[in-house]
Amino acid sequence: MKKEEVPQHGGLTAGCREINYAVDADGSYSLELSVGWEAKNATLRQAWETIVEELHLVLKEISAGRKSPLAYHMAKNQMDVPLLAQYSGFSRWRVKRHLQPQVFNRLNSNVLTVYATLFRISIFQLQQVPDQPDLRIEDMDTSGTQL
Amino acid sequence: MNIDFSHRQFAHCESGVTANLLKHYGVDFSEALVFGIGSGLFFAYAPFIRLNFLPLTTFRTAPGSIFKKASKRLGIQVRQQRFKSPVAAEQEVDRLLASGCPVGAQTGVFWLPYFPPAYRFHFNGHNLVVTGKEGDEYLISDPIFEQPVRCAAADLRQARFAKGALAPKGRIYYIESMPANIDLPRAITTGIKDVCRVMLATPVPVAGVRGISFLARRIVKWPARLGEKRTLQHLGHIVRMQEEIGTGGGGFRFIYAAFLQEAATLTDNGALLPLSQRCTAIGDDWREFALLAARICKGRAELVPAVADLAQRLEQLAAAEKSLFQDLRSAITRSSPQGRG
Repeated sequence: MKKEEVPQHGGLTAGCREINYAVDADGSYSLELSVGWEAKNATLRQAWETIVEELHLVLKEISAGRKSPLAYHMAKNQMDVPLLAQYSGFSRWRVKRHLQPQVFNRLNSNVLTVYATLFRISIFQLQQVPDQPDLRIEDMDTSGTQL
Repeated sequence: MNIDFSHRQFAHCESGVTANLLKHYGVDFSEALVFGIGSGLFFAYAPFIRLNFLPLTTFRTAPGSIFKKASKRLGIQVRQQRFKSPVAAEQEVDRLLASGCPVGAQTGVFWLPYFPPAYRFHFNGHNLVVTGKEGDEYLISDPIFEQPVRCAAADLRQARFAKGALAPKGRIYYIESMPANIDLPRAITTGIKDVCRVMLATPVPVAGVRGISFLARRIVKWPARLGEKRTLQHLGHIVRMQEEIGTGGGGFRFIYAAFLQEAATLTDNGALLPLSQRCTAIGDDWREFALLAARICKGRAELVPAVADLAQRLEQLAAAEKSLFQDLRSAITRSSPQGRG
């Protein structure tokens, strides 16, 4: 990559600049700051779109009474059952049960506290889900450039 | 307690951490030199390891190995510790800071509040240096960032005990003592030989240049096996692993080219210069690959022929890297100082 080709395409990086290695006219390497690159912005955005899409699906399942609110908070924290089991210290089997609404609704506050502390929310918040995913890619993108 | 530590921003976390730690002990090496001596360059496509539910594609060696290999080859005494208890892990850092020792730590990025939200995934191979503590906050030199940062003790604790793939288990590392003198040409030669070995002669077909061909053969099957949507997610994941913060661009190939350029002078081996240029060209080809893959992700291409084109580019990259490392190996063997290293 040549020095003048170091991309400066703002995106999800929230103004953070990173180092790119590039060669100058006589071929020697130097460290250059870059605010981002369209290929990275596009794929980073794609990763978040996948997460938001997943959240929409989970919300539908919850409103249909098939999943508990825990499923939403798990997905929002990019976790699956094995990872949530590791973080919470509960067995995978128990975490899976907690994803059922009828089991979740009867959980005692000790169990709820573990999840709420992990997700850094209150027990009250843990028991609620929003109508729409409360995770917006627009909030992360401070550059205003749309791809 | 606050150690006077000079923070320098670099491209990659672990080689940056290592370079900054070395500088603290009076050895001013570039990030590229540390990356090369520590044999950071690699390739593997390991579908049995998952990151964010997608198969791992890596362009660098496992977390910890750059620091370990570089310090060993430079004759530096280091210590590494893992912990079961977060409390003990924190006490040990505090003890080291009180004794004036900056501490390298492996962390997950999901729990680090100073990261831009868009970067906060469950990726556990991040590295930083803890340089001080004020009240309930740690002072951190994170080489990815332009300036030193602060992080609440509770957040750092959680990041050090992040779970999932590559779980850090509170891992810390630090320099115990520096050698009287450093045999730099020898360290460089050893580092280059090691990279040539892993890239050309790994026993497993998922790693090294064979890993690149393996990925090429796999991606052509994705549209039929995974469907369009999953294929795009898989492609996007490769681009993120290749170009995500910390690679210096081109899946670390540019950092390595910079290393070869520096190594040419330091080992007085002019044969490394054209190899550095070839490595730059390979990095440019990886960038081209990333750009095309990202365009496919945005839905701007017919999927099956576009993926076939990507696979062909990967095969070309595999061939180019194979010949680069073969030539690199012979360039270094011919000029090996006194046949050692």
